[in-house]
Amino acid sequence: MAPETSGAAAAEFPVLPVGLTGAADRTAERAAAAPAETPLDPAVLSAPEKRRLERRGKLLTGACVFVVMGAVAALIVSVAWQGLAAFLADGVDPVAFLTGAVWAPHAGEAAYGAAPMILGSLAVTALSCAFALPVSVACAIYAVEVSPSFGSRVFRPVMELLAGVPSVVFGLLGLTVVIPLVADATGTTGYGILAGAVVLAFMVFPTITSLTMDTLKAVPQSYREAALGLGLTRWQAICGAVLPAALPGILTALVMGMARAFGESLAVQMVVGNAAAVPSGLVGPAATLTSVLTMGMANEAPGTPAAHALWALALVLLVMSLVFVGIVHWIGKRAEDRHGTA
Amino acid sequence: MALLEEFNKVAAVPGVAPEAPLLADKGIARARLANVVGTRAMGVVCVTATAVIALLVGALVVQGSEKALDWGFLTGAPQQFLEGGGIGPELFNSFYLLVITMLISVPLALGAAVFLTQYAPQGRVASAAKTAIETLSSLPSVVVGLFGMTVFVIGAGWGFSILSGACALTLFNLPILVRTIQQALESVPRSQRDAALALGLTRWEATWRVLLPSATPAIVTGVILSAGRVFGEAAALIYTAGQTAPVLDFSCLDLSSPTCPWNVFRPAETLAVHIWKINSEGVVPDLAAVSAGTAAVLLASLLVFNLLARFAGKLLEKRMTSS
Amino acid sequence: MNVMNRNRRQLTVLDLLGRSGDTRTRTPRGARTHESKPDVQDRTNGSDRSVQAWTNGSDRSVHVHTLATKDVSVLYGDHRALQGASLAFDAGTVTALIGPSGCGKSTYLRSLNLMNREVPGCTVEGSILYHGQEVNDGSVDSFALRRHVGMVFQQPNPFRMSIYDNVAFAPKRHGVKGKQDLDELVEKSLRDAALWDEVKDKLATSALALSGGQQQRLCIARAMALRPDVLLMDEPCSALDPIATLAIEDTVRSLAAQGICVAMVTHNMQQAARVSDKCAFFYLGELVETAPTQGFFDNPRDPRTQDYLSGRVG
Repeated sequence: MAPETSGAAAAEFPVLPVGLTGAADRTAERAAAAPAETPLDPAVLSAPEKRRLERRGKLLTGACVFVVMGAVAALIVSVAWQGLAAFLADGVDPVAFLTGAVWAPHAGEAAYGAAPMILGSLAVTALSCAFALPVSVACAIYAVEVSPSFGSRVFRPVMELLAGVPSVVFGLLGLTVVIPLVADATGTTGYGILAGAVVLAFMVFPTITSLTMDTLKAVPQSYREAALGLGLTRWQAICGAVLPAALPGILTALVMGMARAFGESLAVQMVVGNAAAVPSGLVGPAATLTSVLTMGMANEAPGTPAAHALWALALVLLVMSLVFVGIVHWIGKRAEDRHGTA
Repeated sequence: MALLEEFNKVAAVPGVAPEAPLLADKGIARARLANVVGTRAMGVVCVTATAVIALLVGALVVQGSEKALDWGFLTGAPQQFLEGGGIGPELFNSFYLLVITMLISVPLALGAAVFLTQYAPQGRVASAAKTAIETLSSLPSVVVGLFGMTVFVIGAGWGFSILSGACALTLFNLPILVRTIQQALESVPRSQRDAALALGLTRWEATWRVLLPSATPAIVTGVILSAGRVFGEAAALIYTAGQTAPVLDFSCLDLSSPTCPWNVFRPAETLAVHIWKINSEGVVPDLAAVSAGTAAVLLASLLVFNLLARFAGKLLEKRMTSS
Repeated sequence: MNVMNRNRRQLTVLDLLGRSGDTRTRTPRGARTHESKPDVQDRTNGSDRSVQAWTNGSDRSVHVHTLATKDVSVLYGDHRALQGASLAFDAGTVTALIGPSGCGKSTYLRSLNLMNREVPGCTVEGSILYHGQEVNDGSVDSFALRRHVGMVFQQPNPFRMSIYDNVAFAPKRHGVKGKQDLDELVEKSLRDAALWDEVKDKLATSALALSGGQQQRLCIARAMALRPDVLLMDEPCSALDPIATLAIEDTVRSLAAQGICVAMVTHNMQQAARVSDKCAFFYLGELVETAPTQGFFDNPRDPRTQDYLSGRVG
């Protein structure tokens, strides 16, 4: 009989604790004691202490996930609650809020027009990315396609360092370098959208460049070989085969850069001039959503209409960052639908 | 280029050459020119950009190096209306806040990453968590700071304090940390986990005894890099850890005293917040020098973090593969 | 050279056994005999008769298979990777699971120790019986089952630990405490895997310093350290050179001779012929034919098996 046969082998083994006694030994015992049709002792196939351990681990780590998700939910609910209070409790008209040109929470007739800040934020974001994108793509092409050794040995570490430079340091560079340059060139104080955009351009540059480099690296080598094999020059291969394949990735990089620019607060606040009026030009004091939030929150008592109005600005920021995330997903999904790959 | 030269050689063999030499073709000449001009232009842009960045950051560090190497500046108390203020409390606060933040965020991120990679890599919980983490990572840090103010400073009644700041920074830090640890765990070959599970071990044991040891180098690197980000963050802190730095008395062990360095309920301005504050107020007489000095200290610390991350990761990797 | 000789000798024994007409009554080391001829159907096509026969076994007196499956199907999401496989494995025998790539043989093997539970979206239907006890209904702990049903994978996958720690790892976690017990267990397991003589002087060195074949035998030793009575092997030699392959095959035979029930997936027909007592042929997610090895190769019944063995498909 089969199970019995394993008994001989089992007998040679060292004595194991009860918990580990091999099934071989047990089956041998069982075979001796009872007819073989009797089902195996269920204890052989249960490990309660392991099950407990597994459940405890799952609970503990699951709790961590729960905390993270709870924090995010609380954050969104809290911002939305206090932001919507401006419209629901304080009776601010949402349309007037988004389009109004006057932001004067402490005037006799309080006015909550966020258009100057929204325009300011959009302007610095668009300008900074317009500055950074061409340089980023050019640098990424050189560092990945033309001179990979320079790319990996010099350029990539420089980008990593630049990405790690804190935003206040960029703000400081803006104050000490960019503002004087702009002031000299335009004959103004230098504070304004332009200075903010230049500072932001430096900040989004490593973001866009690194992501573009990753995208270019992900383009299969066969694309380049196919193009070169057709007698194209390297430049033609880059423009004709590599860049089109990398386009969704470059767009993603651009959107990520825009998200960073839109949400950046201190560096912009330090150089933008902080005047909540509709910007009349690229120079001259302006404001962004983040700069007004940074400056304003210290002065408002929680629960007042003015504080709620500030939270409404935070809500606009939050919605915009969710929109950026949505765009990134949409680009990824579209590329996937078209080519079957992300 | 190389291909074309190759073709040229073949074409030059007598009897094989086509009647009209290909290289005389105008289109090809133009393509060659575009190739040279295009690639060179990219090179010029790239090298120039690198040089400008290095110059700007380098100039700032050089400008601040005199202050940054001055022991009195590094340990002295900050001044608001006088010259010669130091950054002693800010320097300590930055590191202390970093440590407290890491003490909260690393275990939390580790647990979340283990759950998401080992227990529920698919399904509703996983996709909800993924969305939550992605959302959190895209939020502007000022919004995180304002939320921290509402919940920790006012709601929990902790006031402007190290603990409030650390909690806000944890929110700021979690997404990147969870993702790094997830990637590190996922990069351990699946066969290692399968081997442990096939031996009748729990996923808990497989993770702690097999996966985490293998993933440690990558996790350490990721944690240190995220520490650099936390170290330089200011926007999430100005309304949570506050903008004041009480003079610290290192002999004080009374954890409730505002001058006790270890008291987590005292306000704590960090280096980054200090730079922002003195420039916003603009009343410090030697503003430029103090700003540059502080920035140089900040950048030098970040450089150390960066080098440490590479070094520690490589060292651990080496120790683990050689043993 | 030595390995080759040993193997040739073994081949002869196998051949003799094959021609004896009854592969089930091998008496390895003269230690054990089957009381009754197990009712493995020579030609199971999943017919009701055979299923009944080896699940109840009542008409055949007392035999209960070490491991048996009845109508096991495996689904990845909606994709059915394996359809209704019924098969039995007995102590002291080596069963080869063969078939072309993607035929479901590895999927089937991974169901036997419930490893498919670790694959997200994978469900296993049907009955898996370990010594007659149903294990696929959630009533048993996979942790407990897996320490009786060991597994060796396609790629050698030793842990990043010393040789000793690799073998002692699982017993320690399952509660073996004493140093003496562990030492004995490690030596015994390494001897089972025919690795002891090669590594006894360097037990503290990293397992990753071993050659591929040694690593795979270490993985066998690691599985044997839990004293399982079933060993599942998923193409254990596909990443190894011919010499290392023969060493593994020797190990497998000696394990079977100790009474271990071995199920081995292989894509190598010669290997199946050399090592196994019984062959099961999978094709397109279906268990097509099961037969004693000798009969299987000499006289396959199913046209699909004939095509595969003659190289027309796969």
